[in-house]
Amino acid sequence: MTGCAKRCKQGLVKFAVTLHKLVTGSLIKDKADDDLEMTMVCHRPEGLDQLEAQTNFSKRELQVLYRGFKNECPSGVVNEDTFKQIYSQFFPHGDASTYAHYLFNAFDTGHTGSIKFEDFVTALSILLRGSVTEKLQWTFNLYDINRDGYINKEEMTDIVRAIYDMMGKYTYPVLKNDAPKQHVDAFFQKMDKNRDGVVTLDEFILSCQEDENIMRSLQLFENVI
Amino acid sequence: MAAGVATWLPFARAAAVGWLPLAKKTMPKPPVDNSSRSDEILYLNVSGVRFQTWKNTLDRYPDTLLGSSEKEFFFNEDTEEYFFDRDHEMFRHILNFYRTGKLHYPRHECIQAFDEELAFYGIVPEIIGDCCMEEYRDRKKENQERLAEDTEANESMDAPLPPDSTPRERLWRAFENPHTSTMALVFYYVTGFFIAVSVIANVVETVPCRPPEGRIKDLPCGEKYQLAFFCMDTACVLIFTFEYLMRLFAAPSRCKFMRSVMSVIDVVAIMPYYIGLVMPENEDVSGAFVTLRVFRVFRIFKFSRHSQGLRILGYTLKSCASELGFLLFSLTMAIIIFATVMFYAEKGTKGSTFTSIPASFWYTIVTMTTLGYGDMVPNTIAGKIFGSICSLSGVLVIALPVPVIVSNFSRIYHQNQRADKRRAQQKVRLARIRMAKKGTTNAFLQYKEDRALGGRDSDSTALCVKNRSAFEHQHHHLLHCLEKTTNHEFTDEMTYSELCMTESVGFRTSRSTSLSSQQGAQNNPTGCCPRRARRRAAMRLANSTASVSRGSVQELDTLHIKTTSIPPQTRSSLNAQADNLKLNCGEQDFTAAIISIPTPPANTPDESLPPSPAPIPGILRNTRATAFTHETVKISSL
Repeated sequence: MTGCAKRCKQGLVKFAVTLHKLVTGSLIKDKADDDLEMTMVCHRPEGLDQLEAQTNFSKRELQVLYRGFKNECPSGVVNEDTFKQIYSQFFPHGDASTYAHYLFNAFDTGHTGSIKFEDFVTALSILLRGSVTEKLQWTFNLYDINRDGYINKEEMTDIVRAIYDMMGKYTYPVLKNDAPKQHVDAFFQKMDKNRDGVVTLDEFILSCQEDENIMRSLQLFENVI
Repeated sequence: MAAGVATWLPFARAAAVGWLPLAKKTMPKPPVDNSSRSDEILYLNVSGVRFQTWKNTLDRYPDTLLGSSEKEFFFNEDTEEYFFDRDHEMFRHILNFYRTGKLHYPRHECIQAFDEELAFYGIVPEIIGDCCMEEYRDRKKENQERLAEDTEANESMDAPLPPDSTPRERLWRAFENPHTSTMALVFYYVTGFFIAVSVIANVVETVPCRPPEGRIKDLPCGEKYQLAFFCMDTACVLIFTFEYLMRLFAAPSRCKFMRSVMSVIDVVAIMPYYIGLVMPENEDVSGAFVTLRVFRVFRIFKFSRHSQGLRILGYTLKSCASELGFLLFSLTMAIIIFATVMFYAEKGTKGSTFTSIPASFWYTIVTMTTLGYGDMVPNTIAGKIFGSICSLSGVLVIALPVPVIVSNFSRIYHQNQRADKRRAQQKVRLARIRMAKKGTTNAFLQYKEDRALGGRDSDSTALCVKNRSAFEHQHHHLLHCLEKTTNHEFTDEMTYSELCMTESVGFRTSRSTSLSSQQGAQNNPTGCCPRRARRRAAMRLANSTASVSRGSVQELDTLHIKTTSIPPQTRSSLNAQADNLKLNCGEQDFTAAIISIPTPPANTPDESLPPSPAPIPGILRNTRATAFTHETVKISSL
């Protein structure tokens, strides 16, 4: 009963206040003020020298990279939605959001939910200027969705399906439903040396080093920047 | 692709490393990029204001002028910058687009200037940011409407009819635009007069007149002077029917015409009369007949053809149809609510006038529109309270849609004003433009004449030539080349229009003319018409200003020239060029032409014809064949 009485009293007070506002003409609820409390997250990267030391890029390259990055994301961080949006623009035929999600997680090494410039530049440094082992390690990290050190068939199927999604519907030859599965089977056939159903980092690196195609392709991306 | 996507491309490509272990085939070779990777600052000089930006910024949008190799065309090697001779204030916005990815529309700029700048820099206007897009669209639409009005006014009915229009087309033009001909204007005023007469007659025939002898009661005038009114009505209806049938005949699309509002009004205005004629004097149908007579008042709407204000009102109501609908709907709702309330509030009282809810409708309407006749008045307190609420709310509900209607009316009215003003100014503008154009064509014709003159008399060429710029010389040379190519010559507008007129008319007569004048040239006959022959001779002095009378066939072969103030620098001979004669088509009294008959010199003792190369017989059609001689020969006669 007391709760009810208290609520009634509160309601009455509110009503009286509203009536007062009605009479004095200041009833307009100003909603605009609420929106101004946007959180302005702003992140500044570490100094140029430090970044140069940590990555394999020169100062000039870092400058160019940062200018582009800052232009796109004035707040200094990229969140997942923006990331997905940006990545999807390169693949207009299909749906790149799933793969972008995995990619985002691979970039976001600290699992903060947003990519800062340092993460961005570190990853790029590995991918473009890193050694073969580093690149393969990064790729393994990408495939290992739950970060448990093993790639199992489900994870691989997810990744492969996400990649096939990016192709879209109109492909030649026509995409069959079991194409991802076949692809995964072929992959495991090659990579899983001890046939235990999972691929570890060492198995992965070893198998890739044996494959000439992969080794050759890894060199192709040296000059992207 | 959207802004800055180019920035992320290297990252997307790097991420492709993730596909490599899965790839079934080898990756293709990457494209070789020989351009220098290091980013550099570019200098852009726009009308003296220097802008600087990174090369990468401009490369973001490779399908624009600044982002593609097209800007190399503007590169100035001496100063090592890109020079654009454009507006620097608007360039600021363009450059900001590259920097931020958003294109803004500066509100104080003219929309067309902005569009032109965008077109120059190869930027599509659709990417204007949302913040400015609405403003841009509104201004663009407004501008397009204005331009449409302009072109509409240009090709409006005031333009002269093409000469090959059928009588039907001419009739339609006369109906739609009475100012074109006197007949149309007369008809317009006559119909207007009869509309007024008809309406007044309808009104007056219900006024009570003094009763004729033998009766006490006042009779309405319609019944007293029945015959007179009947005659007047018949006359009006005859005129209206005639007009309607004429319009129907002349209309380019009869179906469309019959469906138009004015046509329906016409039909409704004249139908009652015919139905009345046809219907017998039967008691049963006479009630209906009386109703029909009411429709005669629609004749007043025929005035909308005569009055622009009425038309504007009509358009306004049409364009405010939704607001009016809303008004009606909200009023209906309010009426029903208040009528119900008032009825139940007043139900108990004795002798209450609120007998039913529909009866209360009348009270509600009268109260809401603040009329307050006072024939129905609430007596109970509750009734009075609700009645006052009703009248207060009535004011509000009616006042709400009114500003919308008013603003619509104002917009349409101003549009009309603008159209009228523009039409009035258009004539002045066109006249000025025409004069300017004539100036340039005259310059060419003057040049030709001076050249011809120069050929014979080198003293004066120096005088004429010095006032012309290099551009004019080259331009005139070009026109001259064209003349030589096509074997035709340029002439001025009036000569041409008159030649068109007379070519059809004067074929045979001019042939005879030419022959006779040829004869005249050859052997000054003092025969039948000595005066004419002498006049002909006098005519040959190009400077004479004899006026001519048009008219009888005999006069036709005398050619008179009317010269005007263009300095006839040529001498007296028939070498008068076409441009020397301002053939004044406007005046009724003549037309003339010059003949220069390249007859052999021996036959013309009285003046010195220049030695002309080819003996072209005095021709009718030598408007065309004059390429051989400098002396243009144009004949026309009337």
